[in-house]
Amino acid sequence: MSETTTDTATTTPVIAPKGSTGLRRVLRMLWADKLAFVAILFLLVVLLSAIFGPMFLEEMAAKTNLRARNAPPFELTRGFFYILGGDALGRPLLARIIVASQNTMVIAAGAVLGSLVVGSTLGLIAGYAGRWTGEVIMRLADVIMSFPSLLLAVIVLYMLEPSIGNLVLVLAITRIPIYLRTTRAEVLEVRERMFVQAAKVMGASHRRIVFKHILPVILPTLLTIATLDFAFVMLAESALSFLGIGIQAPEITWGLMVSQGRQYLTNAWWLAFWPGLAIILTTMSLNLLSSWMRVALNPTQRWRLEVGGKKNG
Amino acid sequence: MADHLLEVRDLSVRFHTVNGMVNAVNGISWHLDRGETLAILGESGSGKSVSASAIMNLIDMPPGEITSGEILFDGMDLLKASEEDRRRLNGKRISMIFQDPLGHLNPVYPVGWQIAETAMAHGRSKTEAYERALQLMERVGIPNAKDSMGKYPHEFSGGQRQRLMIAMALVLKPDILIADEPTTALDVTVQAEVLSLLEELQEETGMGLLLITHDLGVVAESADRAVVMEGGRIVESGTPRELYHNAQHPYTRKLLAAAPGKGEMRDGTQREAPILEVRGLKKNYGQFHALKDANFDLYAGETLAVVGESGSGKSTIARLMLRLEEASGGTVAWKGEDILTKSPKEMGKLRRQLQMVFQDPTQSLNPHMSVYDIISEAWVIHPDILPKAKWRGRVEELLEQVGLQPEHALRYPHQFSGGQRQRIAIARALALEPDLIICDEAVSALDVSIQAQVIALLGELRDRLGIAFIFIAHDLPVVRDFADRVLVMKRGEIVEQGAVRQIFEDPKQGYTQRLLAAGLDSDPDVQAERRRARLALAGA
Repeated sequence: MSETTTDTATTTPVIAPKGSTGLRRVLRMLWADKLAFVAILFLLVVLLSAIFGPMFLEEMAAKTNLRARNAPPFELTRGFFYILGGDALGRPLLARIIVASQNTMVIAAGAVLGSLVVGSTLGLIAGYAGRWTGEVIMRLADVIMSFPSLLLAVIVLYMLEPSIGNLVLVLAITRIPIYLRTTRAEVLEVRERMFVQAAKVMGASHRRIVFKHILPVILPTLLTIATLDFAFVMLAESALSFLGIGIQAPEITWGLMVSQGRQYLTNAWWLAFWPGLAIILTTMSLNLLSSWMRVALNPTQRWRLEVGGKKNG
Repeated sequence: MADHLLEVRDLSVRFHTVNGMVNAVNGISWHLDRGETLAILGESGSGKSVSASAIMNLIDMPPGEITSGEILFDGMDLLKASEEDRRRLNGKRISMIFQDPLGHLNPVYPVGWQIAETAMAHGRSKTEAYERALQLMERVGIPNAKDSMGKYPHEFSGGQRQRLMIAMALVLKPDILIADEPTTALDVTVQAEVLSLLEELQEETGMGLLLITHDLGVVAESADRAVVMEGGRIVESGTPRELYHNAQHPYTRKLLAAAPGKGEMRDGTQREAPILEVRGLKKNYGQFHALKDANFDLYAGETLAVVGESGSGKSTIARLMLRLEEASGGTVAWKGEDILTKSPKEMGKLRRQLQMVFQDPTQSLNPHMSVYDIISEAWVIHPDILPKAKWRGRVEELLEQVGLQPEHALRYPHQFSGGQRQRIAIARALALEPDLIICDEAVSALDVSIQAQVIALLGELRDRLGIAFIFIAHDLPVVRDFADRVLVMKRGEIVEQGAVRQIFEDPKQGYTQRLLAAGLDSDPDVQAERRRARLALAGA
């Protein structure tokens, strides 16, 4: 029985977008989901500290102070920036976390965006173009996937200089197959849907079909994967740094801070804890934001945010 | 108390939804006696399945809530019985079959095991259970039952799967069989067979049969009594004959009037040169010939119906003509030029003239686009039709033309009902100002009354705009008062073609006759006549 075609569809509340501009509407939908709202505030803080942090705190984050070695957190006697404690060389953790956010964000965002764009483009081609092109792309992805990603990174970084640019490149390459496979699988399904056929009948060009009809349907899935991948990339970067082929001191990233703090875990837990918390909170915020976006981008779900409250969701 | 085998009294069920409370059924009462067939007739959303779900304890609570009423079976109120007691009754004394048999058969087990399992679950020995399964499979007419026991669900046809479901439901000789739209997914000829099987089995076992359906024809064919439901209430009840000849409630009358195949037949348009000539069109999938050598013409402003059962190749014709798939051979001449040899670029321009309306409007409209975007996409693709400044006005005009409101343009497809969505799809096709619209089962997914409205709309557009239609359908009555000519297809071949009057009043081919006899009419007397004709054809 086709319950979806019942007349109840007409009784869904119709919220006319009249009178509200795009931005106001987005903000109102954001306010309706309090978690997403908090998430975006946190991400704004991270973004601001990534842009301006190193400018103001670079010096303080690098200055050693042997008296404050492994200083415990929540003590204001050494000044505000020691509120989270000091590291093994007595440098204030808060300042270091803020300064490190720049490198971390550049690497993680660069790698995630790079792999997302390249991977989903190749995936669209592999799914939409003929069988032969698709096969070639898929086998290439298999080759990348069959390499342990750390091994690949070690080989590449052994040949290239370990710099932020190269690190982004390596991390991006190892994450490409994930987007590629997901995109291709989704495209293969969506391209058979009736509305794609309908667009073909109207004479729509391939570009139009791909960007207007297929991409919007699979985009939420890709964004969700990308946010989850954000955390993975941050940790992978720290693993590379730990092996000595990623970011090198005195440059810092959150991942590097976690791995440096690990040896003091038994007597000074805060060294690894705070940067770890920063990673977790950032990832979680991105995740909350992406699940909000999944609803906000979908016209059939959007009303949940527009009526306000998620009690019935 | 126990006058009736099953009695539902004053049952009300409501659901908590995002839009607040929805009363699914509102104080309905009916009863079923031994050996009787009761039909619950209603369109989608009428609540016709809810009482069956309540009997089988299938309502999820929450969000569902039974607010009042009782269901008496054997003098016991099922709604007050314990979970344990109800589980014992389900399957053993009351069982149920569904619309989609493939979805309800487990794909990884052989069917014989699945039928026997029900018996074993209720404490029969293994050998006994398998014997019963074999006996039942023979009874429901599965060919070569012994070997078929080891086969998997996908190896059977749709009709056979429904027979298997029936066999499974009958394992424990239930007192009541509930059939929820048992034949809706089946071809007409198969539908008739399954209904007669149910009837025979009922005579043998004396069980009560509760038949939930949207189809007046099914009621006329099988039911002893029927209740008509609308919006969660029973608006009328009686024997099919009473309902047909003496309907009291306006809704029943509306349903009866909407049943297709009652109006005047058309006598065709005057002909000039054909705009479309199809010659020797073929499509093979490997060794399988989906379409063999199709030849037909279409004249300007004419409506050609293509009728056939599933797998007959009728949709393949449409897909080949629109180059959604490549043909294996033949020519399709559109205004003298062969469509099949056009380059993609030339084809892009041609597509303007040939449009299509798909079966399921829920899927053929992009859920991410507003109605305005959906309709105006035609002009984005073909910018020479209309300058951008005039888009808004034209969208509103088109929406009005298909019977919607201009302000609907800002909404999204999910905010409309099925019938309205199909209107949007039609407006989209009209936006390109085509000369030919192919409707691929365009009304099959809709309720009868909405079906009638959409067909009336198409007829009006045809008369006003002079558009030619190719109307693909599996159901003959639907095309009777709409088409000028009819093609009847069977297994990839056109078995008969002719004017609509000739096909309906004087069919030449045996297959066409069988198809006509298998169709169900809403008039019980006509239906009794048909049944005799069908049995005669089967005997011949």
